[in-house]
Amino acid sequence: MAKELIVFIDMEIPEMLTRVEALKLEGYRLMQIHCTRVESGYEINYTFALDLPSQNLRIHIDREQEIPSISGIFPAAFLYENEIHDLFGLNITDMLIDYHGRFYRTSVPAPFGQAKKDTGGGE
Amino acid sequence: MGERTVIPFGPQHPVLLEPLHLDLVIEDEKVVKAMPSWGFVHRGLEKLAEKRDFIEFPFVAERICGVCSHSHGMAYTQAIEALMSLEIPVRAKYLRTILAEFSRINSHLLWLGLLANALGFESLFMHCWKLREKILDIVEETTGGRVIFGACRVGGVNRDIDAPTLARMSRLFTGMEKGFREIDGVFRKDYTVQKRLQETGALSRADAHLLGAVGPVAKGSGIPCDMRRLGYSVYNELDFQAVVETEGDSYARTSVRIKEIFQSVGLIQQAIAKIPAGEVSMKITGLPPVGEHFEMVEQPRGEAVYYVKGNGTRFLERFRVRNSTFANIPALLKILEGCELSDVPMLILSIDPCISCAER
Repeated sequence: MAKELIVFIDMEIPEMLTRVEALKLEGYRLMQIHCTRVESGYEINYTFALDLPSQNLRIHIDREQEIPSISGIFPAAFLYENEIHDLFGLNITDMLIDYHGRFYRTSVPAPFGQAKKDTGGGE
Repeated sequence: MGERTVIPFGPQHPVLLEPLHLDLVIEDEKVVKAMPSWGFVHRGLEKLAEKRDFIEFPFVAERICGVCSHSHGMAYTQAIEALMSLEIPVRAKYLRTILAEFSRINSHLLWLGLLANALGFESLFMHCWKLREKILDIVEETTGGRVIFGACRVGGVNRDIDAPTLARMSRLFTGMEKGFREIDGVFRKDYTVQKRLQETGALSRADAHLLGAVGPVAKGSGIPCDMRRLGYSVYNELDFQAVVETEGDSYARTSVRIKEIFQSVGLIQQAIAKIPAGEVSMKITGLPPVGEHFEMVEQPRGEAVYYVKGNGTRFLERFRVRNSTFANIPALLKILEGCELSDVPMLILSIDPCISCAER
């Protein structure tokens, strides 16, 4: 798919929740949620598809900030949210099923939430 | 109302080759609720992208899964090529597509064999895998291994397939069609198979949509969710329709996979008839990728979503894979609700779970 077709819409958390509810009413399905560590904190991308292609909503957050779950709107979101909680250490509230950090068995807590230590390549 | 009991299912179970654990809340012989648990073999490959050169990373992406290895390599390279605005040679796109459809036939025959085995139908299991061997033979001959590794590279493919071999690949199906028809007949008409699959694990179209089901699970519930319709690689030049069934039960999901085998045969023959001569790869010049991109592909088990984010260095800022098994877990939990305990292994199998993909 051409990269010009992929659009990310930045928004605040309250606006995101309103938009997610609207997308559900419009018949969209949840495609995926993922988190990326950025210099100023984290960004969380929510991807929805009606048919093809997709809509991408994005919020920017700090590590300590609470993120309301969207699993009350899209039940399948609980998997992605538990994953983000376990890999990035972010606090997501009101998940439909909350594993309380036991979704993944990681050897260190929040391994993806740590800063990159080296960019020199190789192990 | 009977007493409720929790039965642990997995992580080791004869029907599962990979570790998935489910806590099944049962009442008498009926499953009331299922709670998944995993992470037993999570590898953190997404994080590894931060330490591996983006040109070398297909080596890792392909190793997310053994059966979908080519699809993972293809999705990753397509994502990087889109990010760098590379227009790769058309012949390379055709070769990728041909191998992707061979992978689909391989995956579906593998799954059909496993299903037959789970049903206790040993001769059907062996028949499916006997057919699969012929597919693997040609895959081994053209890519160097029964598992497709190293076919895709950023900028094209690593190895061309000559015209006589392509012609032989196309003719291969003339001899195999009888075998495909035979297993099709047994799976779709045999009384025992029908009895086990029909009306078990029904998932409505509305539930499939709400729970974000993909691949044969969504298609079996009437949703034409097929990323090939995006026209990536050369799918926009090939004639096909998404295979859809409407009943939503295990039988419908099986039927989708059988029909997709015939569809893949048609796609391979179309691609071989249309493949142009020319180069199969291009030299990568310029700066490393900057920006971000989503790439969606239709793997044998369903839609996979790749996200890549480049920062202008040779190491990606973020690499993320959402595979089909991960997306189908909520649908599986719904399917299991209200089923007989004895149907649980077969219903888990009906979504064709790949824990290796999910635990990337």
